[in-house]
Amino acid sequence: MLVSLLCLLPALAGLVAFWLPPGPRVRRLLPAVGAVHLLLSVLAWNDPPGGGWLGLDALGRVFLGITSLVFLAASVYAVSYLRDEPAGMQPDMGGEDPFSNAKESVFVGCLLLFLASMTLVCASRHLTLLWVAIEATTLASAPLIYFHRHRRSLEATWKYLLVCSVGIGLALLGNFLLVLAAARGASGGAEVLWLDGLAHGSELDPHWLRLAFILLVVGYGTKMGLVPLHTWLPDTHSEAPSVVSALLSGALLNCAFLGILRAVQICAGAGQATFAQHVLVGFGLLSMAVAALFLLNSRDTKRMLAYSSVEHMGILALGVGLGGGGVFFALFHALNHSLCKAAMFLVAGTFLSTFRTRLVARLGGAIHTLPIAGGVWVAGFVALSGTPPFGLFLSELGVLRAGLQVNPWIAAAFLASLATAFVGMARVVLTVALGPPVLVPPVRESWGKSLPPLALLALALMLGLSVPAWLAEGLRQAAALVGVS
Amino acid sequence: MTGTVDFLLVSMILANLWVLGSSRLPSCIRALAFQGVALGLLPFALYPGHITWDLVMLALISITLKAVVFPHLLKRALLEARVDPQVEPFVGHGVSLVVGVASLALSVALFRRHPLPIVPPSDLLMPVAVSTLLVGLFVLIARRKALTQALGYLVFENGIQAFGLGVLKHAPLMVELGILLDIFFAVFVMGITIFHIRRAFATLDTLEMAELRG
Repeated sequence: MLVSLLCLLPALAGLVAFWLPPGPRVRRLLPAVGAVHLLLSVLAWNDPPGGGWLGLDALGRVFLGITSLVFLAASVYAVSYLRDEPAGMQPDMGGEDPFSNAKESVFVGCLLLFLASMTLVCASRHLTLLWVAIEATTLASAPLIYFHRHRRSLEATWKYLLVCSVGIGLALLGNFLLVLAAARGASGGAEVLWLDGLAHGSELDPHWLRLAFILLVVGYGTKMGLVPLHTWLPDTHSEAPSVVSALLSGALLNCAFLGILRAVQICAGAGQATFAQHVLVGFGLLSMAVAALFLLNSRDTKRMLAYSSVEHMGILALGVGLGGGGVFFALFHALNHSLCKAAMFLVAGTFLSTFRTRLVARLGGAIHTLPIAGGVWVAGFVALSGTPPFGLFLSELGVLRAGLQVNPWIAAAFLASLATAFVGMARVVLTVALGPPVLVPPVRESWGKSLPPLALLALALMLGLSVPAWLAEGLRQAAALVGVS
Repeated sequence: MTGTVDFLLVSMILANLWVLGSSRLPSCIRALAFQGVALGLLPFALYPGHITWDLVMLALISITLKAVVFPHLLKRALLEARVDPQVEPFVGHGVSLVVGVASLALSVALFRRHPLPIVPPSDLLMPVAVSTLLVGLFVLIARRKALTQALGYLVFENGIQAFGLGVLKHAPLMVELGILLDIFFAVFVMGITIFHIRRAFATLDTLEMAELRG
């Protein structure tokens, strides 16, 4: 009941938004729906899943909570963002090639539909529905990425559509193979797609199950941004409006990760957990290493944040792959990363609208021009690089410990990637914040744009200082549900 | 009905080779439409005794979208953007054809080494499906126009649809829903995006869409 409401509310609000005239009214719909959605998500925390298509198990709850939280912050920011966007044509970053924006009502409507589709991902109890929901996220987010109607964002949208469509196609093939693997069992195949029926797992043909798992990881991994399937991610994150980038990094990538976790659950149910874990460790280490190398060479603030997301998605995959305490800390990491990364993208958006560029070479002294945004920018970097007292320190330490128990070389590779990424990001972040100031007309920071990143970062700080008992318990249950040891 | 099944599957293979070997876009689009029809008729030949309403609807929608709507969208984009109708491959047509044949040989060998856990409605179905899927991915990578990339994706999608037909009886809902949504997605979203690309770039060459690097 509550779960259906969670999915329906943003979907209906999104459809209504399409018909409203652009203006403050349609904008205010965003935080209103966001707040109600978060409230409902909290209420649903103790609502055990029934037997139907929709339901929230421990994993779904965690990811729904992250999505809802990030959406609320982004929606508050979006109100100020949309208010400040000029109505007609505006110059491009470089000054030439003017462009206009898509209709505001369409943007708001698609944001709400995006929330609805991500909620559906978290609440799906059947792999077909999960697949449909992940496809729907692509559909709802493509117009968001093409909000600024210029050639670069169109290029990014095309890449996003093409790469993610191939990914989602491969995931569909993975589902077909899963049915094949179960075809000899007593139930004849289709039962394997129900998440409630995991107990039937032992009847699965291991050979075809492994193939299905690889295709599911490749398919959903495309959406999650695992190397070498991440090619769409930096372009999309840099060209989309920053509100959308925050949602893509903070919520969408996690939802795709949930898709992979569902596949892990099925493998673990069939006694193939070790195989699944090896695959994830491989993808995790590769993603971290490649992203760290790209971070060393970044010249663009939002592309840097995008590669950092690839790196952190690698940490999530690695944590689950290592098993043991790693799963718990991977989930805790997902939560913390979403809070910090969403805050960073929102601040990057404020920089972009103030300085009109994302290029590090043309940025500097942000902490003097925009004290609040600049402060969040530096603090967010400190958090993202895994420095205490932020929550990411705890989670990265947990993954490291799990790595040491499995294989010291994995732990060494993990640390090397983290250190490389730190060096790469530090250069950019410190140049932008503390470098020689760039002259811009003085600006006043609005609360609508400062409060959401501040709040997100404050939450990340609180999680680093003490984890509430109910959250720890929820994460423990979720980690147990994944089923790897 | 094995005769009909084999005829349709061979038609699909021929369409693959047609797409790979053709140097002009309108010809590729015709090949895609032809493959769409063959694929749409396939379920009737595969399951002659079990023709249900779902299956008829699936075939109708699939044929309409793949053989009529999408080719029409592509052709209009081609005409209005005054795209040079040459395919302009990164990989030559001769090599492409070899890749097409090799993909078929590889798929046949694959299923010979790893026999399926079920008895498929036709021995040729799964190898043709996998080969079509590989050809689609190859076209996606080896051709440079946005139009040909969309075309490659559609061929890839045809391969997945054919594969799905093999497991249709085991999970009808999954297969039918998946196939339908995939087609809708491809036709509408890619159709709309191609429309925008046409206006913004006045060309559909993805090499010109190369500002995002690093």
